[in-house]
Amino acid sequence: MSADVAGLSLSQLRSALLDKSVSAVEATEAYLAEIEAAEPLGAYLAVTADKARAMAADSDKRIAAGEARALEGVPLGIKDLFCTNGVETTAASRILEGFRPSYESAVTERLWADGAVMLGKLNLDEFAMGSSNETSARGAVVSPWRRGGDAAPLSPGGSSGGSSAAVAAGLCAGATGTDTGGSIRQPASLTGIVGVKPTYGRCSRWGTIAFASSLDQAGPLTRTVQDAALMLASMAGHDPRDSTCIDRPVGDYEAAVGAGVKGLRIGVPKEYRVDGMPPEIDALWEQGAAWAKDAGAEIVEISLPHTKYALPAYYIIAPAEA
Amino acid sequence: MSVDPETVRKVARLARIAEPEDKLQPLAKELSGILDWIEQLQEVDVEGVAPMTSAVDATLPMRDDVVTDGGYPERVTENAPQSEDHFFVVPKVVE
Repeated sequence: MSADVAGLSLSQLRSALLDKSVSAVEATEAYLAEIEAAEPLGAYLAVTADKARAMAADSDKRIAAGEARALEGVPLGIKDLFCTNGVETTAASRILEGFRPSYESAVTERLWADGAVMLGKLNLDEFAMGSSNETSARGAVVSPWRRGGDAAPLSPGGSSGGSSAAVAAGLCAGATGTDTGGSIRQPASLTGIVGVKPTYGRCSRWGTIAFASSLDQAGPLTRTVQDAALMLASMAGHDPRDSTCIDRPVGDYEAAVGAGVKGLRIGVPKEYRVDGMPPEIDALWEQGAAWAKDAGAEIVEISLPHTKYALPAYYIIAPAEA
Repeated sequence: MSVDPETVRKVARLARIAEPEDKLQPLAKELSGILDWIEQLQEVDVEGVAPMTSAVDATLPMRDDVVTDGGYPERVTENAPQSEDHFFVVPKVVE
């Protein structure tokens, strides 16, 4: 069984853990073996094997006692922008080499409180500034994907490039990322996985190394939409230590995913179809709209006339805060 | 808006970035291009539009002015390359 663990989605693994067909220790060992075999991708900056084994053993005890929490025994990778207590946190920069926080970021604290297991720290663009994971002081990350018939290495995107490569390659059940100007959504897209930048304020920024504080948000990178719902439900929630963190209840995202898009009106902004969009991208765009329509959604064209000003505004706000 | 090589030299010095003489002209051109591109924001009419600070209604939370954390200076300074009596020791930078 354990040999197949890395092929399961996060939600499938959670079910397998709860019905005891896989133990948390087996799941962790399976991922540690995958990580070792995929070392040339450069996705992990550090593997916390001992910590992972100890957390998994604790999870197995809880599962046996019937006290499993929401993510009990699920092995995760953590972008090295989240401070982890006693575990070196570098933001992929030599400036922070040797920095061992004496505290845990709010987001990872929530994940561990829900029983998740930490496999290690994931590579990124230095201080999350980049879109290809090539600016990491610890070396670029390589995507597990290749073009058909071409062995040339590809970028996994960035800045959460270690997260996207690790999730796409099955080196963790899910990973945390952060997104200021696309750093979750773009790498998830480039590696064919799911990434969500939640509404600003949904996740606490406490203990996450800042890029541009009024734009930074943590979010999940996973292999399925349901997995993203599960992870975000754990990561999100109010935290008085971040004054911009929203004090509202966390919704039942998993149930919302199950409800599908039937009966929803989905607006497609015409300004998002930029001039010179390659025909293959345009075809994918059309396909996405067609899928939503087939699933019972109503597609309406809308206009967001200020779209073209978003990027110039971003290039004032982000560098000014960085 | 246009940036001249003299301005680039000044900004580079303030930022403590060494830029060779032959880079000043190309950098001035590049920076001018970025500033011109950002200038397009000027064409947006924002008359009577209230500033938007968040996608959802949010008010700045208030709390009692009391100590909620702390009392462990050794943890605060444990990453310092050098510390003394719970202070960070840094090289002297002002004469």
